[in-house]
Amino acid sequence: MTPMSNVSVTKDAAPTAENLVVLDNVNKHFGALHVLQDIDLTIARGEVVVVIGPSGSGKSTLCRTINRLETIDSGTILIDGRPLPAEGRELARLRADVGMVFQSFNLFAHKTVLENVMLGQLKVRRVDKKAAEEKARSLLDRVGVANQADKYPAQLSGGQQQRVAIARALAMDPKVMLFDEPTSALDPEMINEVLEVMQQLAQGGMTMVVVTHEMGFARSAANRVVFMADGRIVEEATPDQFFSNPRSDRAKDFLSKILHH
Amino acid sequence: MSDETPSDEARARENVFDFLDSGQYDVLGAFWVTVQLTVYSAIGSLVWGTILAAMRVSPVPLMRAFGTAYVNVVRNTPLTVIILAASLGLFQTLGITLAGGSDFETIGFRLAVLGLIAYHATFVCEALRSGINTVPVGQAEAARALGLSFFQVLFLIILPQAFRSVVAPLANVLIALTKNTTVAAAIGVAEAAALMKTMIEYESDAIFLVSAMFAFGFVVLTLPTGMLLGWVSKRVAVKR
Ligand SMILES: Nc1ncnc2c1ncn2[C@@H]1O[C@H](COP(=O)(O)OP(=O)(O)OP(=O)(O)O)[C@@H](O)[C@H]1O
Ligand SMILES: [Mg+2]
Repeated sequence: MTPMSNVSVTKDAAPTAENLVVLDNVNKHFGALHVLQDIDLTIARGEVVVVIGPSGSGKSTLCRTINRLETIDSGTILIDGRPLPAEGRELARLRADVGMVFQSFNLFAHKTVLENVMLGQLKVRRVDKKAAEEKARSLLDRVGVANQADKYPAQLSGGQQQRVAIARALAMDPKVMLFDEPTSALDPEMINEVLEVMQQLAQGGMTMVVVTHEMGFARSAANRVVFMADGRIVEEATPDQFFSNPRSDRAKDFLSKILHH
Repeated sequence: MSDETPSDEARARENVFDFLDSGQYDVLGAFWVTVQLTVYSAIGSLVWGTILAAMRVSPVPLMRAFGTAYVNVVRNTPLTVIILAASLGLFQTLGITLAGGSDFETIGFRLAVLGLIAYHATFVCEALRSGINTVPVGQAEAARALGLSFFQVLFLIILPQAFRSVVAPLANVLIALTKNTTVAAAIGVAEAAALMKTMIEYESDAIFLVSAMFAFGFVVLTLPTGMLLGWVSKRVAVKR
């Protein structure tokens, strides 16, 4: 395993030197299963990191530990220089700064699209209703679903729902956005509309951790690819290096499978 | 109904219902007490049942333990025992009258409501808990990821969806509650069943008529409740 985090790889938005997310020697078990093994990962402000790897390798778990939806057994996680709080108000505040987009969208089913995007602003950020609505509408416009504001999530297509979910996360002005396979539950024709929104975000300088197998996105938007297998980070490289010239056998094997299909 | 002004209906059916004419039985008044028992107990059960459900899903082990123990003990105790315990234990032994007063009738009413709430809240709690289980975990995760606190997640995201999926079971609890108010007769609350018992005693030639009348009265109370809530249940169902 070669540490690549100190190799500066620049794309559109040059990351500053400052590290926004730092995982140091993180370990996590599910019972006897060692899902995260000695994970060291540093993500700079403005950097876009794509996490890739076979099913069950621990990608989702890694993503979820960063906002403590999963607890860790040992090691440390720093967000913007501060360790992850254990529980309570502090943790809630931190989560508000870490946006998360799920594979299954998870929009609040009993609330309209607009209410979904307003809720966090009203209840966590405590901004007033008018400002929250204004911001929600402009975000919905930005992700291209402004005309769906008064519908319920179930009335939207998967692609639209996922874009609303992105708007919902953005409404909190997060420092970093986590995406866990945001397009894998979508019909093929809807994948691009979501990737485009993510692409724009990346260009706008958002710090992003994206679990995805979309190589087009990785190549065009990512600063770095992190390849995981069996709970370990096996390889880290620029997208070009990784896809055209993987070093580890695990990565070669994995790429040959996804490239084939 | 007072005897100075017997209603038109009553006069028309003079022969059969003549026992009503005397004015010594206030049937509507008795049913009004039943309705009041039902409404106060329903509101109380809903509130207490929601709190119990919140305890049962809370991350605090002590709360969970209390919620579980309470539900399992109270739900499996006969309602009559609970109401009698409220009357004999709280009032007659400990002298607790709930908000003062010495009027036996009001005290009995309050204690009956208390007992009915204590009992039916367990059913509300369990219905709600099954509703909570229908809410996908992703809903809570997305809410937590936004930075909402445990209580915000529960009261803004989980419970509103849980309630919508259990309107029909809650309607059943409400119907059972309406009928169970008759147990309050055991501690001297002058609700419908208490009056029925008196009437059967004094109008023994009209036992069937009296019984049918009270049965009809309860159907009038419960049938619309069931139908209304059945409709509400369809209206508010969460589409996924
Ligand atoms: N809550 C859980 N309890 C027990 N085991 C779990 C839990 N969540 C995940 N696992 C296991 O941990 C391992 C890693 O899971 P994880 O979801 O992080 O993998 P992944 O890389 O995201 O896979 P996929 O590509 O299928 O999403 C898997 O073997 C999975 O079965
Ligand atoms: Mg996963």
